[in-house]
Amino acid sequence: MSKHNPRWLLGGGLFWGSLIFNSAWADSQLNLTQGVTAISREVYDLHMLVLYICTAIGVIVFGAMFWSIAFHRKSKGAKPADFHESTKVEILWTAIPIVILISMAIPATSTLIDMEDNDNSDVTIQITGSQWKWHYKYFDQDIEFYSVLSTPREQYENHNGNFTGKDSEKGQNYLLEVDKPLVIPANKKVRFLLTSDDVIHSWWVPAFAVKQDANPGFINEAWTKVDKPGIYRGQCAELCGKDHGFMPVVVEVKSAQDYDAWLNEQHALTAQAAEAEKASLSASMSKEELMQLGEKTYMAYCAACHQPTGLGLPPAFPALKGSEFTTTGSVDEHIDVVVNGRANTGMQGYGKQLSLKEIAAVVTYERNAWGNDSGDLVQSADVKAASGE
Amino acid sequence: MNEQAKSNNKVIKKLVLTVFAMFGFGFALVPLYDVFCDITGLNGKTNTAAATYDDDGIDTSRSIKVQFITRNAKAVPWQFKPVINEIVVHPGEMKFVNFYAKNESKRAIVGQAVPSVSPGLAANYFQKIECFCFTQQPLQAGEEVEMGLQFYVDRDLPDDISTLTLSYTLYDISDKADS
Amino acid sequence: MTTDTINESLADDHHGDSHDHKMTGIKRWLYTTNHKDIGTLYLWFSFIMLLTGGALAMVIRAELFQPGLQIVEPDFFNQLTTTHGLIMVFGAIMPAFTGFANWMLPMMIGAPDMALPRMNNWSFWILPFAFAILISSFFMESGAPNFGWTFYAPLSTTYSNGSTAFFVFAVHIMGISSIMGAINIVVTIMNLRAPGMTYMKMPLFVWTFFITAYLLIAVMPVLAGVVTMLLTDTYFGTSFFDAAGGGDPVMFQHIFWFFGHPEVYIMILPAFGIVSTIIPAFARKKLFGYSSMVYATASIALLSFIVWAHHMFTTGMPLFGELFFMYCTMLIAVPTGVKVFNWVATMWRGSMTFEMPMMFSIAFVILFTIGGFSGLMLAMTPIDFQYHDTYFVVAHFHYVLVTGSLFSIFAGTYYWLPKWTGHMYSESLAKWHFWCSIISVNLLFFPMHFLGLAGMPRRIPDYALQFADFNKWVSIGGFAFGLSQLIFLAVVLKCIKGGEKAPAKPWDGAEGLEWEVASPAPYHTFSTPPKVD
Repeated sequence: MSKHNPRWLLGGGLFWGSLIFNSAWADSQLNLTQGVTAISREVYDLHMLVLYICTAIGVIVFGAMFWSIAFHRKSKGAKPADFHESTKVEILWTAIPIVILISMAIPATSTLIDMEDNDNSDVTIQITGSQWKWHYKYFDQDIEFYSVLSTPREQYENHNGNFTGKDSEKGQNYLLEVDKPLVIPANKKVRFLLTSDDVIHSWWVPAFAVKQDANPGFINEAWTKVDKPGIYRGQCAELCGKDHGFMPVVVEVKSAQDYDAWLNEQHALTAQAAEAEKASLSASMSKEELMQLGEKTYMAYCAACHQPTGLGLPPAFPALKGSEFTTTGSVDEHIDVVVNGRANTGMQGYGKQLSLKEIAAVVTYERNAWGNDSGDLVQSADVKAASGE
Repeated sequence: MNEQAKSNNKVIKKLVLTVFAMFGFGFALVPLYDVFCDITGLNGKTNTAAATYDDDGIDTSRSIKVQFITRNAKAVPWQFKPVINEIVVHPGEMKFVNFYAKNESKRAIVGQAVPSVSPGLAANYFQKIECFCFTQQPLQAGEEVEMGLQFYVDRDLPDDISTLTLSYTLYDISDKADS
Repeated sequence: MTTDTINESLADDHHGDSHDHKMTGIKRWLYTTNHKDIGTLYLWFSFIMLLTGGALAMVIRAELFQPGLQIVEPDFFNQLTTTHGLIMVFGAIMPAFTGFANWMLPMMIGAPDMALPRMNNWSFWILPFAFAILISSFFMESGAPNFGWTFYAPLSTTYSNGSTAFFVFAVHIMGISSIMGAINIVVTIMNLRAPGMTYMKMPLFVWTFFITAYLLIAVMPVLAGVVTMLLTDTYFGTSFFDAAGGGDPVMFQHIFWFFGHPEVYIMILPAFGIVSTIIPAFARKKLFGYSSMVYATASIALLSFIVWAHHMFTTGMPLFGELFFMYCTMLIAVPTGVKVFNWVATMWRGSMTFEMPMMFSIAFVILFTIGGFSGLMLAMTPIDFQYHDTYFVVAHFHYVLVTGSLFSIFAGTYYWLPKWTGHMYSESLAKWHFWCSIISVNLLFFPMHFLGLAGMPRRIPDYALQFADFNKWVSIGGFAFGLSQLIFLAVVLKCIKGGEKAPAKPWDGAEGLEWEVASPAPYHTFSTPPKVD
């Protein structure tokens, strides 16, 4: 049998094709995840159904083509046939695909109806997308927090050939880790209310098969019910500016008791933070303390746009180094912009995200680093006074 | 002008007209979209002018959970939250709830609350009689206020909806506001 | 020898002054109203744009070769992906098909030129101007547009980097060029067909361009509308897409995709026309089901107007909207499938030879169909939630646009090069182009399906470690595919310079009026219309 005999090719193709698409390969790197919810498994099954159907059609159509290429060639002495139309055949290959499509549309419709049923949830969480982080607020609890990428900057900034330094060695959850993940209970219907406070973002967790856009000024709903406790990671799925690839979604699903314990923990933490804020009003930090905390805060929250060098990316992200705003300009105005942001620009307010101490430190840092040397030192009490916090 | 050119001109005229018509259609899509959304409630936009109360009676056989959430747009330094975040109503029943706002900054700001309802289809059945979102809200530095929302849920709300969420996004429109 | 000399002398008798002196040098190309010259201009322009857009893609793939940000900043990366898309869509694919339209339509219908030759000149020359505006934005302080070729608001309005104005002006000019070109095509086909050539006797190539031209006239003005709204929202205080002023960012997507979906059919229907010309020629058998093919093309065009929101399944549409768009989108698979089956039926029991036009056409049918399969998967809303905005989508549209549209352009170029230049191209060098391209293009785009399924989003300059292996292979495929196009350049240049002299009809199975004139085609052809039976 010649190596190029189409029968051999066809048989080989079928064998390898069926191997690849065997559902034993479900959780391989090649295929969609089955996920951890009833819906995600339905979605996976639909995906496999469509894939199988397309593969079958492909095998038939391409098979016919390869057969034709092998045998209906001039070099083999084939003479061209006469036929060039057949209404019967056209009707057949219009009707059969329609039937196949209907057979796919029915299960798809049923799954979609299930996905769109957002009623009767046990927990509701308000999710806000921002450039470039997520904010979570628990509807029935007084718990809210930001969730920001926590992969250290040195790991991903590999310019100037920094791929070989130890710092650039990438952690296991590189770009998919955050400082504070969303926590939800397992086996409870959790409803998400999505919006954005600037541009369009999109909240996606593949393991839940949940993806909904976060539109500014509007809310969207989605829901999930996760079977298995664990940590599930996703990413923002709508281009939202330069750090679109750096605002991951991390959800920690806890068992019912662990979830309740976590809620209590959060309430305690909120109370503690409030205490710390009050205490910091009377505290006075030294310049070293301010610059150290300031640099840490700056690198974590400000450097993404204003750059570690303070040079910014003008005109969208102004330079802080050598700028009038951070040197001779009013300290109070500087504090106001850091706390409250500047409307209709990319500069958001950090008042809710950072403590009074951190804001005091970062403003001090910006006024004294990179040769700015304004000599201004800012304390927590100044921040409270200047911003009306 | 020969026959060919005349015939060409006829076709050209029709096509150029089509081009302008489609350009106009693109712009017409804006109000068309609004009309379509008004009729179907597709994008969750509720009425922007006060609705009147249809005193058709209250449907006590149904209980609808209405939830309230708020969000500030970027860099709007106000505290803005619902006084209560959830209320159970009967369709046809008039309710009054309050929202608290405080301008925490050192300058006067004019705010505009933009409502959005989820599920989108419920938007058409959520009738606001009086809402602070109908008008701009100017607040001086440090000023606080309680703003009211008077509403009822239409009796025709589809049977499969039992929870609806009203969200307000607060924008700073000081630049665009009329003084 | 006889036909063209008779034509030339007839032309001299009929035209008198206007075409006595053929201009030379720069003036010839600047002022030409000749459809062949303008076709050549479009084709060279589109090839230069292909290489430019390709170069941008090479930088993208270089950055994505390994995890980490090694070469470019994230914001510049967004500028690269945005301009890569804009240049390929508006600068490479669309002008290439316009080039084919200009060269071939008049000859195929037995007309002396396009109906509106002077407008034709303008249609072309405003294009380099438009792209100069777009590309110059890279050198401005604001940088180039960085909001994706789909430029969703408010990223492109309130939160834009300042390049919005340049972007809008460039797009307006490209749009005007397309609209003028489309009007020219419709008038030409409607009014200049040789006597006896009824609509149902036109080559399918002519049909596909006719229908494409109507699509252009219908939707390019909508694009003009939406970019104008973008301009006023950004600079003149309107609030079409700004919730603060009562607008809706999702409405932007509706209006954009109302243009955007027919746009992608504008980029594929001409490809169907080219392939429907080449396969019958090399199978030495008439196209199977000519009328079905016409009706299928028209159905695809009509259906393309009611499927736009399948790009928006995650925006928060209510259930009945999602179902409507899912069903309509799935329905497009029917006429498209009919076309694929008809091509296979044309091959079936033909007598095939496999020169380059045929090789690229066969590759088109197979690989475009793969792109169609991923499209069908994307059409299904519940699964689209997992695919949307991931590399699965990137794989889909590159299969239909690169191994689809671009391969058809290669096929058509090889098919008609003898007619354009008078020489046969080097089959052996072209074979290198084909095999290098087909292997590298699949290495480049097939693994993107897996990347998408594994969870890698689009438009990100850096990615999690589980995506690293496939990205490495994709980048290697990308570099190889880019380099392979230099072989194509070599084949074309070599063919223009010289080569085996081409007869009027180098392909024995070919049909069509263009094969009745000499190779290279005389500057003026069909000054008197032929009789068609």
